[in-house]
Amino acid sequence: MESTMSQPKTTDELLRLLEDEHTFVTLEGSDPLESEMVINMGPSHPATHGVLRIVLKMNGETITRAIPELGYLHRAMEKLAENKSYHEFMPYTDRLDYMMPYSNNVALCLAVEKAAAIEVPERAQWIRTMMCEMARISSHLLWLGTMIMDTGALTVFLHTFRERERIYDIFDLLTGARFTVSHSRIGGLASDISPETIQAIKTFIKQFPAHVQSWEKLLNRNKIFLQRTAGIGYIDGPTATGIGLTGPNLRASGVNWDLRKTHPYLKYTDVNFDVPLSNEGDSLARYEVRMKEFYESVRIVEQCLDKLTTPGPVRADYAKQVYPWKSEVYHTMEGLIHDFMLTDWGVCPEKGQVYQAIESSKGELGFFIQSDGTGHPWRLKIRSPSFVNLQSLPILLEGSQMADTVVIIGSLDPVMGEADK
Amino acid sequence: MTFEQAMDAFRTAFSGSILREETHRGELTFYFKKTDVPAVCRYLRDQTGFNFITDCLGTDRFTDEERYEVIYHLRNLTQAWFLRLVTRVDESDLTCPTVSDIWPAANWMEREVFDMYGVTFTGHPDLRRMYMPQDFEYYPLRKEFPLIGIEGSIPLPSGGH
Repeated sequence: MESTMSQPKTTDELLRLLEDEHTFVTLEGSDPLESEMVINMGPSHPATHGVLRIVLKMNGETITRAIPELGYLHRAMEKLAENKSYHEFMPYTDRLDYMMPYSNNVALCLAVEKAAAIEVPERAQWIRTMMCEMARISSHLLWLGTMIMDTGALTVFLHTFRERERIYDIFDLLTGARFTVSHSRIGGLASDISPETIQAIKTFIKQFPAHVQSWEKLLNRNKIFLQRTAGIGYIDGPTATGIGLTGPNLRASGVNWDLRKTHPYLKYTDVNFDVPLSNEGDSLARYEVRMKEFYESVRIVEQCLDKLTTPGPVRADYAKQVYPWKSEVYHTMEGLIHDFMLTDWGVCPEKGQVYQAIESSKGELGFFIQSDGTGHPWRLKIRSPSFVNLQSLPILLEGSQMADTVVIIGSLDPVMGEADK
Repeated sequence: MTFEQAMDAFRTAFSGSILREETHRGELTFYFKKTDVPAVCRYLRDQTGFNFITDCLGTDRFTDEERYEVIYHLRNLTQAWFLRLVTRVDESDLTCPTVSDIWPAANWMEREVFDMYGVTFTGHPDLRRMYMPQDFEYYPLRKEFPLIGIEGSIPLPSGGH
């Protein structure tokens, strides 16, 4: 008997045809097994890294469509900024990407300093550069721990959190706070770095590369880890550029773009470092790029430490725009007046608009300021990398398996505090 | 080609569309008519290499005429160039052509502008609220929207404590 092709319309028909050994059953255009379904993932799923919700359309185990949805925090960061002075807004930036608050402070300060044309002393710039890299290490540590946990392993998570604790201790020594540091000031820093802090940083970066090597030893040849990340969540360079990816996510697709090199700020022109790249464009490539960035950050920190041997001012001496030191406020009438004036009116950049971005651990973090000449920004827009990076999720997810979702989200390293600002 | 040469070519090509230009703190900004948004953006992407949209954002000037602005931050990733484009949108016609077909990244950025200011992007494939609930009737970043919000605008869950 010859074989026949058949497309059943109902479940009954399907079951009947399956009993006939001479009939090939095809399921194109119909779904009698109801294998297609829509799944809601999040907004409080433990692997969505915060309040991210993704609506997934599945065909069996395969994702055919993915729609990410934001909008559960309603923090109104930009509205708050319009109603505060530039200084008052500083602590809010800590809470954007709370994985690396130090860099967020610096990014806002750089934008205001550009708008108001304030020169920052050299020493402050070196300290900022160094601590931005410490913040990058801290952020990548959290990403590494959680992403590896998303692939099913817990050990590395515990190791990275131990190292993060050490970085918190360093931030505590420098700023007086472990998490939300608010250490940058418009025109400089809240305090100079102490010899004790410098020693703590030296000890940390001496030991740290060995830890990274041990994690690489644990992961780079781990069959389960490789199978869960290689070829998973692929995006090519032109697509990644078009959808707005920045940071390690873009560089893992072979696009050599790093604001520290292309639009240098702080002291990045005076330090030697390489920009790690990969052409693979998958989750494993994003992992490799970030792992290499650990070593580059250590290199930058080492060079900054060499520059911090000579003392110097860490805050611009410009009473109309930069807060005086507390010792001046308490002991001089001028200091007290200037403190009052700055608190009342704040920094008043001349009318105009500026955009200043930094290369944060997630990508391009930029602050756009439209000034009307008063002490409050008329408009302050935050270009947060997590927000734009998440837009690539449909591209990365479609065609993947259900179980890949958490790995792909993890490999993107989103922070919802920043995306859902 | 240098940045100046590229901008000179742009000025020549769109001499009728560019309303004015300014440079502040080394950043070049062009103001142009909103009807020319697709042509200007397509030219900049194809002829000048601005292959990356860093941001698209809205502002509220709080004036009677041309109240809103839509601002585009563009980058040329090969040459490391940065450029700002500004177009103004009047309250009587709250629409602006989309650029999401030119740079896909503009999709969410335009949704955010729509969510915060109510500017509708014509031709946008999926114009929905970004952060606020779909049935929210206000636009929070407009200057008249109060900082403390509007009482009852987002109903809180009833019952419990």
